Amino acid sequence: MSPVEAFFYVLGVISLVGALGVVLSRNIVHAALFLLLALLTIAGLYIVLFSEFLALVQVLIYGGAIIVVILFALMLTRTRETPVRLNNNQRPLALVAGIGAFAVLTAVILVNKWPNTVEEIEPVPFRPVAEALFTTWAVPFEVASVLLLVALIGAIVIARPGGEEE
Amino acid sequence: MIPLEHVLILSAALFCIGLFGVLSKRNAVVILMSIELMLNAVNINFIAFAVYFKPIDLASSPYTGIIFAIFIIIVSAAEVGLALAIVLRLYRNRASVNVDEINLMKW
Repeated sequence: MSPVEAFFYVLGVISLVGALGVVLSRNIVHAALFLLLALLTIAGLYIVLFSEFLALVQVLIYGGAIIVVILFALMLTRTRETPVRLNNNQRPLALVAGIGAFAVLTAVILVNKWPNTVEEIEPVPFRPVAEALFTTWAVPFEVASVLLLVALIGAIVIARPGGEEE
Repeated sequence: MIPLEHVLILSAALFCIGLFGVLSKRNAVVILMSIELMLNAVNINFIAFAVYFKPIDLASSPYTGIIFAIFIIIVSAAEVGLALAIVLRLYRNRASVNVDEINLMKW
């Protein structure tokens, strides 16, 4: 087993542990920190898959921005109920749905032959990705920036104190 | 080289853990965190397909999967910002972020 493969399996197991921590942890703040663990190991997985740019974006946006925003939201929405009940009544059904979906997906992945794959994966260079992003995908890119602006303004308007209903 | 199947199975496992979280949690913020897990699983899938597959014809760019992953990250950033604003508003109005107590619009 090459070092890259070993790295992949170690990172994969850590990311699964982080993901399970998110859904199984009894403390919400611990769940958010487990999510951080999962997101950072997924950035490592991107590096193993030779997509360094996405790994950088992942660390910046998920590891930096989104986790901080989630932690702030947890801090601002502290619940007063004791004991805290995190799970709802449909937990067994949710477990069945999750395991069922995983079984179906795994079966499909293993049965399919995956034709036309490369013999050896190659690093994704920055330059062609940037060229594709700013030529072929220029219009969706601009639409995405408008989407971000709209979401930003919407979030400010919704979270602003005051308003008619108070 | 890592077999493609292993990457896909890892992604499927992350997706299903996120699915379980979305279905079984009461706290809206934890549901949001589970949705982030699911989106990341989809991203791993996109990148695996972009890296492992040869483009069928020369006209199609081999990096479309990477671009899609970038767009998913953009949309999830917008989604988190808006959803947390809604959660804060909800907390101010109802003093609770548990989704099973917010049934005003439930028929």
